[in-house]
Amino acid sequence: MSMATLTAPSAERENYLNQEYGIRSWLLTTDHKRIALLYLLSITFFFFIGGFFALLIRLELLTPAGDLLQADTYNKMFTMHGQVMVFFFLIPAVPAVLGNFLIPIMIGAKDLAFPRINLLSWYLFIIGGLFMLYTILTGGVDTGWTFYTPLSTQFLDTHVVAAALAIFIAGFSSILTGLNFIVTVHRMRAPGMTWSRLPLFVWSNYATSIIQVLGTPVLAITLMLVALERIFKLGIFNPQMGGDPLLFQHLFWFYSHPAVYIMILPGMGVVSEVVTCFSRKRIFGYKFMALAVIAIAVLGFLVWAHHMFAAGISLYAAMIFSLLSYFVAVPSAIKVFNWTTTMYKGSISYMTPMLYAFGFIGLFTMGGLTGLFVAALGIDVHVTDTYFVVAHFHYIMVGGMVMAYLGGIHFWWPKISGRMYPEAWGKLAALIIFIGFNLTFFPQFVLGYLGMPRRYWQYSPEFQVLNVLSTAGATILAVGYLLPMVYLLWSMRYGKVANENPWNAAGLEWMTASPPPTFNFDQTPTVTWEAYNYDELKEVPVER
Amino acid sequence: MSDRAPAIATHSPELEHHFSSLEQQLEASVMGMWVFLITEIMFFGGMFCGYMVYRYQYYSAWVAGSQKMDFRWGTLNTIVLLCSSLTMALAVRSAQLGRRKAIVIFLLITILFGLGFLGIKGIEYHGHWAEHQFPGLNWAWPEANSHLVALFFSFYWAMTGFHALHMVIGVGLVSWIAYQAWKGRYHSAYYTPVEVVGLYWHFVDIIWIYLYPLLYLISHKHISG
Amino acid sequence: MSRHIASAKLYVGVWLALICLTAATAAVSGVELGPFNVVVALVIATSKMLLVALFFMGVKYLSQRMTVVVIVAGLFWLFILLALSMTDYVSRAWA
Repeated sequence: MSMATLTAPSAERENYLNQEYGIRSWLLTTDHKRIALLYLLSITFFFFIGGFFALLIRLELLTPAGDLLQADTYNKMFTMHGQVMVFFFLIPAVPAVLGNFLIPIMIGAKDLAFPRINLLSWYLFIIGGLFMLYTILTGGVDTGWTFYTPLSTQFLDTHVVAAALAIFIAGFSSILTGLNFIVTVHRMRAPGMTWSRLPLFVWSNYATSIIQVLGTPVLAITLMLVALERIFKLGIFNPQMGGDPLLFQHLFWFYSHPAVYIMILPGMGVVSEVVTCFSRKRIFGYKFMALAVIAIAVLGFLVWAHHMFAAGISLYAAMIFSLLSYFVAVPSAIKVFNWTTTMYKGSISYMTPMLYAFGFIGLFTMGGLTGLFVAALGIDVHVTDTYFVVAHFHYIMVGGMVMAYLGGIHFWWPKISGRMYPEAWGKLAALIIFIGFNLTFFPQFVLGYLGMPRRYWQYSPEFQVLNVLSTAGATILAVGYLLPMVYLLWSMRYGKVANENPWNAAGLEWMTASPPPTFNFDQTPTVTWEAYNYDELKEVPVER
Repeated sequence: MSDRAPAIATHSPELEHHFSSLEQQLEASVMGMWVFLITEIMFFGGMFCGYMVYRYQYYSAWVAGSQKMDFRWGTLNTIVLLCSSLTMALAVRSAQLGRRKAIVIFLLITILFGLGFLGIKGIEYHGHWAEHQFPGLNWAWPEANSHLVALFFSFYWAMTGFHALHMVIGVGLVSWIAYQAWKGRYHSAYYTPVEVVGLYWHFVDIIWIYLYPLLYLISHKHISG
Repeated sequence: MSRHIASAKLYVGVWLALICLTAATAAVSGVELGPFNVVVALVIATSKMLLVALFFMGVKYLSQRMTVVVIVAGLFWLFILLALSMTDYVSRAWA
C-alpha cells in the first residue's frame, strides 16, 4: 500500500513556516499555506469584534428595560454584529483558512492555480475589513445586516455607503477565492486523483465556490445600486418614486440565502473528514455525499424568497418558494443520515474534533428542522422576525459552522503548526461551547414562539427569565471561545511535536510532513487508492 | 526575454512553478477567465433583472424614456464594438502564430475602437445631461410620469455606466498586453495573457450586444400610453 | 498548443454576419410589431452573442468540456434569477 509517507522525517527539516522569516516574507507570500494563516489571524480578529457586539446585545437584553444602550445604539450593535460575523468571519472561515491550507495538499498540488490572485483576495479582504472598521469607529450603521431599503437609502444618516463598500470589496475577495478553488480542483489534481477519489472536504469547498462565484456578484451590484441611490438620490428601491423595495429583497436574498450554504457546506466537509477518521470507517455513501453538496449548492439558489413571505410578495410565488425550500432538506438529510451510518459499528474515539463533529450533527439537525418550520407559509407568518428565526439561523451558523470550524482547526492543527494541542483542554472547551451555545440559543426558540420580536432593545417583563438564561449562556460561550485561543497559542511553543499523521488518518495531507514543506510534497504524489480507505489503514498499528 | 523562446513546454521561462506544463497553465487561465466572466454575467444580471421587472410594471414610462435614446449613436457604437472584437480576435490569432508585429498592430486598432466607443458614449452622455436626463442630480421631465421615467434613466445610466467602466478597464488591459507584445513577451507557445484579455474584451462586447436592443430598439416604435 | 487556430477569413466572415445582424435588428426596430419587437430583438442579440462566443471567444474549439459546462451554468443561473423573480411580479395581480 502506498500509504508510506512521501517525505523523509527529520527533526529540523525545512517547512513552510521556517523557509523564510520576516514580515515581508508573510505579506508578499504566494504560498497558500501562509495565506491561510494570514486569513486565520484576520478572521479571528473580526470574530472577536463581532463577538464584542454580541456580548453588548446580550447584556442589554438582560433586563426588560432599555437601560444599557439607547435604541439607536442597539440597532447599530446588532447590525454590525451581523455584518462583521457574516461577511468577515463566517463566509471566509472554513474556505479561506482551512480550504486555502488544505485543498492543494489534499489533491496533491503544489499550490492553488492562481497564487497571486489568492494573495490579492486576502488584501481585498483586508481593505474591505478596514472600511468596516472605519464604519464601526465613525459611528456604525443601523440598517440591520440586510441593508433593507428604503430604510437604508432614504431614512438613515449613518455610514451606509462605507459599510456597503466594505462588503462589496470583501465580496470580491470571496469571489476570487471561489474562482481559484474551482480552477484548482479542475486543473491541478495529482495523477490518479480522480473526482471519485476527492475527499469530501474538497467536494464541499468546490460546491461552496460555485455559490460564491454565482451569487456574490448579485450582492455586489445590489449594494452598488444602494450606494448609487444614496449618492445620486435615485429612486431605484424607493417606493415614493416608483421603486420597489421588494426588488431589493429579491436581489439581496438571491445571494444571501445561498450565502447560508457558503457558511454551512464547508463545515459539512470538515465533519465528513473528522467522522471517518475517528470512526475508522470509510464514509457511508460517498457518491451520495458528493452529489448532496452539489445538490444543496444548486437547490439553495431556488428558495430565496422564503425570506420574504411576510413582506408582501405574491401568494403564488410564495407557495412555489415554500415548496422548493423543502427540497433542500433532502440532500441535507442525506448528509446527516450518512454521517450517522458511518459511525454505526465504527470504532469511535472521542477526541476533540470528534466532539465538535457530534455537536455539528446534532445542532445542524435542529437548525435544519426548524428551518422546515419557517419554510412553511403558515408557521412563517407567525414566527417571522421573532427570536425563533434568530435561534434557527444561529443553530445553523454558530451551532453548525463555528463548531465545524473549530473541529477542523483542532483536527488539522498538528498539520498547520506541527504541534499537538492539549487534548484535555480541547475536550473541556468543546464541552463548554456546546453547553454555552445551547443555553444561549435554545431559550430563543421558546422566546420566539411566545412572540418576542427580534431587533428590539427592550421587551415585556414576562420574557425576562428566558433572556437571562440566554445571556448567561452567552457568557459561558464567550469563555469557551477564549479557551482555544489561549491553548492553541500555547501549543505552538509547548505542545507535543506532531508526526506527519498523528490521527493515523487517510488523505494526502497526512502523507506529507507536519508542517508541510513549501511545495507540499517532495515529489508529486500518484494516487492509487480510494478516499477514506480506513479498512486498509486498520492493518497499520496505531500509535497515539 | 528572448523573442522566440523555445517551445519546449517543461523548461519554458513562462511556466510558473506550480504548473506541470504550459498547456496546463493556459487551460487553467482560460478556465479562470471564463469563471470570472460568469461572475460578470451575474453582476450585470442584477441590473437586467431590475430592468425587466420595471419594464413589466411601468411599460409606458419605459417606452417614453427609451424613445429619448438616439438609436443612430447606439447602432454606430455597436458597429464600432463589433469591429474591435474582430481586431481582438485577429490579435489573438497573430499571437497563436507568433507574429509579434501583427499582435501589436491589431491590439492598437482594438484600443482605438475602444476609445472611439467611449467617445461616442461621451457625446451621448453629454446630450442626456444637457437635456436634464440625469435622475437626482439634473432631472427635468416635462411630460407625465416623471419619477417613473427617472427610474428608466437610473437604469440607463447604471447599466451603460458600468459597461463603460468595463470598457475603460478593457482599454487599460489591452494597452498593457500591447506593450508586453511589443517587448516580445508572447510567442506561439506562450500567449496566455493575450487570450485571456481577449476573452474579457469579447465579453464586454456581448454585454453591449444586449444593452443595445434593450435600451435603444425594443420600444422604438411603440406608443407610450 | 491546445487551441485551434481559426483562419482569418472565418473571423472576417463572422464579423460580416454580426454587422448584417446589427443592420437587421436596427431595421426591424423601425417596424411596429407589438410584443414581437422584443422577441425579434432578443433573438437577434442572442444569435450575435452566440457568434461572438463560439468563434471569437473560441468556445467552439474549447478542448475542455468542463469550461462549456461552466458557461452554460452561468447562463442557467442568470435564467434562475430572472425567471424566479418574475414569478413574484407576474402573479401579484392574480390575488
